[in-house]
Amino acid sequence: MSHSLQRRWYPVVFAIAALVLLPLGVLALSWHSVDGEIWKHLWDTQMPRLLGNTLTLLLGVGTGVTLLGVSLAWLTSLCEFPGRRWLDWALMLPFAIPAYVLAFVFVGLLDFAGPVQSLLREWFGSGLRLPRVRSTGGVILVLVLVFYPYVYLLARSAFLAQGKGLMEAARALGQSPWQAFWRVALPMARPAIGAGLALATMETLADFGAVSVFNYDTFTTAIYKTWYGFYSLSSATQLASLLLLAVMLVVYGERRARGVPRPSTERPRGRALYRLRGAKAAAASVWCGLVFLCAFVVPLAQLLAWFWQRGRFDLDERYTGLILHTLWLGGCAALLTVACAMLLAFARRLVPDRTMGAAVGLANLGYALPGSVLAVSLMFAFSYLDRELVIPLSAWLGGAGKPLLLGSLTALLLAYLVRFLAVAFGPLESSLARIRPSLPEAARSLGVGGPQLFSRLYLPLLLPGTLSAALLVFVDVLKEMPATLLMRPFGWDTLAVRIFEMTSEGEWARAALPALTLVLVGLLPVIGLIRRSARQPG
Amino acid sequence: MQASKRILAVLVLGAFSGAAPAADDEVVVYSARIDELIKPVFDAYTAETGVKVKFITDKEAPLLARLKAEGKNTPADLLITVDAGNLWQAEQEGVLRPLDSATIKANIPPQYRSAGGAWNGLSLRARTIFYSTERVKPEELSTYEALADEHWEGRLCLRTSKKVYNQSLTATLIEVHGEKQAEQIVKGWVNNLATDVFADDTALLQAIDAGQCDVGIANTYYYGRLHKQNPGLKVKPFWPNQADRGVHVNLSGAGVTKYAPHSQAAQRLLEWMTGEKAQRLLADLNQEYPANPQVAPSAEVAAWGSFKADSVPVEVAGKRQAEAIRLMDRAGWN
Repeated sequence: MSHSLQRRWYPVVFAIAALVLLPLGVLALSWHSVDGEIWKHLWDTQMPRLLGNTLTLLLGVGTGVTLLGVSLAWLTSLCEFPGRRWLDWALMLPFAIPAYVLAFVFVGLLDFAGPVQSLLREWFGSGLRLPRVRSTGGVILVLVLVFYPYVYLLARSAFLAQGKGLMEAARALGQSPWQAFWRVALPMARPAIGAGLALATMETLADFGAVSVFNYDTFTTAIYKTWYGFYSLSSATQLASLLLLAVMLVVYGERRARGVPRPSTERPRGRALYRLRGAKAAAASVWCGLVFLCAFVVPLAQLLAWFWQRGRFDLDERYTGLILHTLWLGGCAALLTVACAMLLAFARRLVPDRTMGAAVGLANLGYALPGSVLAVSLMFAFSYLDRELVIPLSAWLGGAGKPLLLGSLTALLLAYLVRFLAVAFGPLESSLARIRPSLPEAARSLGVGGPQLFSRLYLPLLLPGTLSAALLVFVDVLKEMPATLLMRPFGWDTLAVRIFEMTSEGEWARAALPALTLVLVGLLPVIGLIRRSARQPG
Repeated sequence: MQASKRILAVLVLGAFSGAAPAADDEVVVYSARIDELIKPVFDAYTAETGVKVKFITDKEAPLLARLKAEGKNTPADLLITVDAGNLWQAEQEGVLRPLDSATIKANIPPQYRSAGGAWNGLSLRARTIFYSTERVKPEELSTYEALADEHWEGRLCLRTSKKVYNQSLTATLIEVHGEKQAEQIVKGWVNNLATDVFADDTALLQAIDAGQCDVGIANTYYYGRLHKQNPGLKVKPFWPNQADRGVHVNLSGAGVTKYAPHSQAAQRLLEWMTGEKAQRLLADLNQEYPANPQVAPSAEVAAWGSFKADSVPVEVAGKRQAEAIRLMDRAGWN
């Protein structure tokens, strides 16, 4: 591509990166005054424990999602065993369950006063003491069960995309399935697994909802405590910027270790490579089935039970509005975010220089911040723009001279864009990387260029990846709470808002109705996507 | 030129349709009180006066941050919170407008409103002791302070110190006993814990019912809700410190914002909310106590018995909140 064409990409990418820079700028500005007393207090009484907790959580969740995601993806994409056909898609469903929902289901069901332990005490006497549920192991388990789909989804596409020929070649060279997995499939899927792991890690670091249910103190809970308790938003944003720094190191490390994904345009195969039999087949079915049971069936059943006990009395005509708002926001945000992520991915591919790499990397940082901190930083930025730009402009145009940005749908959608750009970028980048550069070159030599090249060559090849990206963003937006709460226009309540209101009052059972609706609404696109991508690489 | 400007203006305004300027016959509210506990009150007001009420709900801290960031451009007229500390903080940060309202002064006792007139309570909730009717005799109980005694070792349940209700309670302890003694009391509580602190009051009350612990501290309305669902609950409230300062009380309240676009309308709404009809609605929606002493609590709430409420002004909760959190951190109350 000529240099003048290449240069056209810079303003596009810089504009998107600038949007992400808004909240980051607010974070940086917070350092202009430091409250030494709060920092000293946190350091003396809280930090060692919080850092220990956070590291334990990261290690546990990281190991867990990798083991779970990779093993499930390997089994469902390359092996054949009873139940594989439906487990292949069913194992994506837990993605529709928000972390805080699984957390409160888990604690509600299994804690001392919950139905399970109460029943056991009835059977075995009141002296019965079981391991604590609200513990480090409990939090890790819950987060692994909600975040493994990131790794599963990406690893599965990677395994499917590797093509059968390679694995058959490995087999012909005398490699056992295990050896082929370790020596061929895993190294080739590493970029995808790394991308999934990075998303899961960022989610874990930024999670507030689930850890609060367990009252498990992490670095992120300290950020909120500093803000809500000490009324010091600036100290809270200072803490958040440290968190962001740590995440940048993780992302950088992951990028360095990941290497370049190798392009491959092999056709997806029709049938499985390894037919498992006997005990092996049973073990595979049980393993996949067990994960599905714990991550989806049990929480859904508990939500249904709660809905029947309490939630159904809350069902009224206002629910239609909640659902429509939720879907509308999710849909628009998914479109906008995927479009921007696509621009970033193409820019990165077509202009592979350092400046572009840095700008694209910057644009992807929004995901790493705790939701509320990002929301409040964006809110500051938007209200600044309102004051300095929108009001003078609208007054000049003969308008009312009122703030237009904050509290508008536009601002909320931009907030979603900043937060979830990285989620859409991951799958798009990795599926773009699998298109050999020789392919567009060949097309160009045949006289296909410009928009045609995009619509006839890239788009069909990128469709599965685009759909995964859109789905991930859509579901994430449905689940998003802090930005929705703070920036929604009047009257734009969503299901997540209702869940927040119920859980903030400790009314878990009544949160079941909005939570259940959210899961069901989130499921529709998951199922739609799965039907499309049945055996295609994404 | 004028025409093209107008078209441009329409386009720009259209793109941000969510933030159309507010009309005059309405009040805009930022509320930390959730939809179902506040909307019926607004609906009643609209039915009575024709004035529309628009609101969004969120936690106090983000709402307060938004008010501050918006400054003069805020669309919000009224800020509603579910604790006194955040109202005190809002007043400190200068986002509330001091009112001189004879109605509010007549309806709400001075310990439940700001001395400067920037905010006032609307409904009250007691944070009191709850005990297992199976394993505890009420005679064993006396004061909050006594829960630090060895007698309760391994029998006490507490909610997380990150919740503002516990921060307010501890702030009162500091106000009454001074920092040193308050820390001893809190350390005593932590030593007596039966299990890890809970994330919410409901779970705590259920734990007392299930036998995980024998006593705990919680807000009255959580008990009210639980009791409504399960009348067989083996838990009862106890009113401590009746011989001295009384039961710790917190409030849900409101203040008119400094830059309220409809300050008159907002003041009228706030005054109406301290009147009999609204007070009854507000309190009964959530099984709370009306902040207006002329309005009686619901029969359900009155059945828990009457008590002497803490005479320490609720403002203390805000003033000493940071001190309280530091103390709880030192004492190991997570």
